Amino acid sequence: MRWEVRISGLGGQGILLAGYILGKASAIFDNKNVVQTESYGPEARGSRSKTDIIISDDDIDYPYITSNNVLIALSQDAYNYYKDHVCENGIIIVDEDLVKIEELPRKNVRIYKVPATRIATTIGRRIVANIVILGALCALTSIVSYSALEKAILDSVPKGSEEVNLKALREGYNYGMKLLAESGGFQT
Amino acid sequence: MQGDEACAEGAIVAGCRVFAGYPITPSTEIAERLAIRLPQVGGVFIQMEDELSSIALIIGASYAGAKAMTATSGPGMSLFMENIGLAFMTETPIVIVNVMRGGPSTGQPTRASQGDVMQAKWGSHGDYEIIALSPFSVQEMFDLTIEAFNLAEKFRTPVVLLADEIVGHMREKVVIKLPEEVEIVNRKKPLSKESFLPFKPDEDLVPPMACFGEGFKIHVTGLTHDFSGFPSSVDPGVHWKLVKRLCDKIRLNSEKIIKIDERFMEDAEIIVVAYGAPARSSLRAVRIAREKGLKVGLCRLITLWPFPQRKFLEYAKHAKAFIVVEMNYGQIVREVERCVQGKPVFFLPKMGGDPHTPNEILNLIYEVNEDEF
Repeated sequence: MRWEVRISGLGGQGILLAGYILGKASAIFDNKNVVQTESYGPEARGSRSKTDIIISDDDIDYPYITSNNVLIALSQDAYNYYKDHVCENGIIIVDEDLVKIEELPRKNVRIYKVPATRIATTIGRRIVANIVILGALCALTSIVSYSALEKAILDSVPKGSEEVNLKALREGYNYGMKLLAESGGFQT
Repeated sequence: MQGDEACAEGAIVAGCRVFAGYPITPSTEIAERLAIRLPQVGGVFIQMEDELSSIALIIGASYAGAKAMTATSGPGMSLFMENIGLAFMTETPIVIVNVMRGGPSTGQPTRASQGDVMQAKWGSHGDYEIIALSPFSVQEMFDLTIEAFNLAEKFRTPVVLLADEIVGHMREKVVIKLPEEVEIVNRKKPLSKESFLPFKPDEDLVPPMACFGEGFKIHVTGLTHDFSGFPSSVDPGVHWKLVKRLCDKIRLNSEKIIKIDERFMEDAEIIVVAYGAPARSSLRAVRIAREKGLKVGLCRLITLWPFPQRKFLEYAKHAKAFIVVEMNYGQIVREVERCVQGKPVFFLPKMGGDPHTPNEILNLIYEVNEDEF
């Protein structure tokens, strides 16, 4: 199975770190093959930021997206720009407070809305919204295991922030499970 | 781990203990990593004022006995050219990493390219040979950096690691091998100080290397010199003998240097030739073509220089056509054309920073397959 995950938003939202953590979790702790690539504007904050993570049991030749299974969009611009790149039966996860779904993707795609920034704010740190969304991703898909994400987070976040990040992961995961139950759906 | 970081780790394992450089995207992460790692292993990291002094410093460091490296991208590579000639002429083992970005000039700092392939071979003046390697994965950024040091030490010559921004910046799983798990080559040392001639070669055309401070009398110059190392720049015979030997030590050993990764080549009628990041797109395209029953193979060049011309002469005996895929406007394709005895060569150029998609390559494979030869 080859998963193609795209995480996108604005510079400053921790997009690249989220991709780094997902990649590390899958490569080191789930023992998959992974390629992570990224693109971002020259500005430190505010420009479009995107990272693509290819996760596969087999070796990965072409390192870029050919059939995007999962899109995580944390900004309106990212949703508008990338929604039609998602493949048939793929899924999109958005931060519902930051992205309005005015126009649906052209293909048949399931959209999950997670109030990631709101959840993160409740926990006390807005900036862990990226980890909340990874928790939701973990619940909604079988891409990455929860324990691998936990280990990768502990390996990657600054000292002193471990607890709040793990809490963000847990809250995001719980919200994802709730969405899954409500939609009567299965893990993708 | 990122490709650039893997390159830095490879350097540490190879025994590199001096790095001098001037930061430039997309190679900066190599310097950043080595700024942390080198002091941990007793090495020296120096950020220089520019590229001219960076390469000058590593030439000096190598003559002081250290394995030394610098890293840059196209604009810095242009500034290295004069001293690449000096390193070649003075038989100084150094490793130069060029993580290629879009050129000419300052071009596209953050985008990938393979536009410096001919520059590596022909950029400095005079007759010279270069060894250049092309990694296509993060693992190879590690492995080929070690290989580059080994070749530099073995042949006493500058070696270029010609990476591209894609391989330099992507993250992949990489196995960091320990020094005892890999072959590490160190330069030959002279045995005796008696009647020692610093540039008198052994049978393999490589002279043992005495370094400054080891008690040998040595003189090092970019001028044409005889075995003693002192200038002898008027005598045509001395110049002929010296430059011929310097070139021949690479030309005559090219079979030992050259590495190629062949996939699906047994019965291939169409041969796709690629290196670096586009080789990954090519591999995907070739796999799909094979699934459809087409007799297509991939020749991935790991060694770009010296060019594997003998190999291509062999290919030309069986293959019907060649497709060359590179992220530039035509460089290695000329070498392929030169070597395949008039067999048709199709070229798929790409500029701007995006690699070829597998479909672009596949479409050309289909087209070429339809042609009658």
